[in-house]
Amino acid sequence: MSKFTLNEIRGSGIPLRGTDIDTDRIIPARFLKCVTFDGIGEHAFEDDIKGIAAKGGVHSFADARFRKAAVLVANRNFGCGSSREHAPQSLKRWGVSAIIAESYSEIFHGNCVSIAVPCFIASQEFCSELQNHIEANPSAELVLSVKDATVSFGGRTVKLSIDPGAQGQFLDGSWDARSGLLENLPAIRAVAARIPYLNQFGLSTPSKAL
Amino acid sequence: MGQSLYSKVFDRHCVERLPSGQHQIFIGLHLIHEVTSPQAFAMIREQGLSVPFPELTFATVDHIIPTAAMQRKRPLMDSQAEEMLQHIEKNTRDFGIRFFSPDAGEQGIVHVIGPERGLTQPGMTIACGDSHTSTHGAFGTLAFGIGTSQVADALATQTLAMSRLKVRRINFTGSLQRGVYAKDVALAYIHHLGVNGGVGFAYEFGGAIIDRMTMEERMTVCNMSIEGGARCGYVNPDQTTFDYLNGRECSPKGAAWESALADWKSIASDADAQYDDVVEIKGEEIEPYVTWGITPAQSVGVGQPLPIVNTFPVGDRLVVQEAYEYMSFAEGQSIIGTPIDVVFIGSCTNGRLSDLREAAKFLHGKKVAAGVRALVVPGSQSIATQAEAEGLDKIYSAAGFEWRNAGCSMCLAMNPDQLKGREICASTSNRNFKGRQGSPTGRTLLMSPAMAAVAAVEGRVTDVRQHPVFSAQ
Repeated sequence: MSKFTLNEIRGSGIPLRGTDIDTDRIIPARFLKCVTFDGIGEHAFEDDIKGIAAKGGVHSFADARFRKAAVLVANRNFGCGSSREHAPQSLKRWGVSAIIAESYSEIFHGNCVSIAVPCFIASQEFCSELQNHIEANPSAELVLSVKDATVSFGGRTVKLSIDPGAQGQFLDGSWDARSGLLENLPAIRAVAARIPYLNQFGLSTPSKAL
Repeated sequence: MGQSLYSKVFDRHCVERLPSGQHQIFIGLHLIHEVTSPQAFAMIREQGLSVPFPELTFATVDHIIPTAAMQRKRPLMDSQAEEMLQHIEKNTRDFGIRFFSPDAGEQGIVHVIGPERGLTQPGMTIACGDSHTSTHGAFGTLAFGIGTSQVADALATQTLAMSRLKVRRINFTGSLQRGVYAKDVALAYIHHLGVNGGVGFAYEFGGAIIDRMTMEERMTVCNMSIEGGARCGYVNPDQTTFDYLNGRECSPKGAAWESALADWKSIASDADAQYDDVVEIKGEEIEPYVTWGITPAQSVGVGQPLPIVNTFPVGDRLVVQEAYEYMSFAEGQSIIGTPIDVVFIGSCTNGRLSDLREAAKFLHGKKVAAGVRALVVPGSQSIATQAEAEGLDKIYSAAGFEWRNAGCSMCLAMNPDQLKGREICASTSNRNFKGRQGSPTGRTLLMSPAMAAVAAVEGRVTDVRQHPVFSAQ
């Protein structure tokens, strides 16, 4: 198994209201012109930040009150669109260690698991309530438990949900899937040897040629 | 009880049940491109891992490559783009992976070249670090978009950790009106089921309309599965599939072809397959669709008024209002007549030869309207060559379109093809997200190639069904 297990995340929150926030908005495509993820956190939501500033507003990710936040509270279908891992990478490098939202795009969710950012699920009402709480108490600490799937804040503990597969992966350290996958290399070769299209549809001895 | 193609293909590729409860799934075809692979190669180098099945991975360059001929000279003027191109050249060389390069005339959008070379075959599992990998589902494959860490998993193990999906069968019944295309079918199911209606599902597309479609049309339908929230989408293989594959570079040959046909027929969904959900969409009710908002479900039949905010559930109104504000449209207005600044015909959704042929029908003897900038970008160098052999390039150029080289171009604007300021683009691509086409305030109207061609000539959104091309038929 991998480097570490993950059970508890502590930190202040950052609210981000809106449904269907896509990965192009999280990290605009021009910042994908890179061969490493270094420095990508500086560009999270860059165009949305500018767009809101132009109208005299402040985007959460440019709001000094939330600059040290670790827990992002979003809404429905968060991270839809492109499969770019650059999106969760930019959030993580900005400082986000966990997310609570109504729902997620599946590729985004999978990418978050790969980089050890747990994605919790809550109702629309609770996400809204927690966003209000964070705005009123921007430096207040939230404590997330992966094992119990709960968030504790302001003297309360509220039950959330989390994908059971991802939960297991964080708790046993297998969120970094690669080492577990590598352990099965002999079984992988055995499957490759019986897949028809990898073996001339049965006309040849197992071959690696397509 | 019968099985779906999804279940048969998933089970065939299952290596192990992982302790997390997920399944380790063998990936029969791995496609890579320059944007989501460099960090993956860095990960496996850092961990000292090898690539055990390099012959199952194929590479090309599509996202960052300029499409104007002069800008394709090496080194590329954009030093970041040049660096990414050099990385994929070196990585494919170092690990023994075939690279479909621009110099060899083999380059194209990753989801266009897989099918055209016959790499994409029924019954495969396919992965690529790109969400539109679902395109390959048109051949009866399970094709998944993945992130960069998973690209590294696929390189190092030829497997991915995956959860089993539910399967929703979507039946398109009846027939389509003239002027209604595969793109409209795609926009229709997203409109009906929503941008997150497919979360947790694989979409199986079927019914009389899909049965009659060509492979290129089926690719358009499957391409946008991810826009509906589905992790993948597919069509069961049939004679149309086999006829398309017969004789292609990487298709089985000779006796293997006959065995392949038997295998491919066996993996199609059984007649009595059970689905987790079944949806029916009537073909006659599908209009040419145009998106008016900032998600691909925010679309309208071209003859319909834009929706009223208060008719949406309370929780949905915020994004509807946000869309109206961003697009500067008003509820209740018609989309017909919306002035267009830019027209983009291309992308993995609609950059194939049949798309270029269909749009060209509306351009014979016509000119792009004054003030409109129009680009046509073939999906691959091979398509460009075929199109030029048919004289399509001359039709486009005579009409005032810029005839470009292959690439993703203005679909996501990671290259010089970008909107400026508040420009409105009639686009055959797949996403109308805020800022998607390169300008943080740019606006995208998704539509079919025929609708885009007519918009170019008229300078405004026009109902293609009224076009004289149809009365002449």
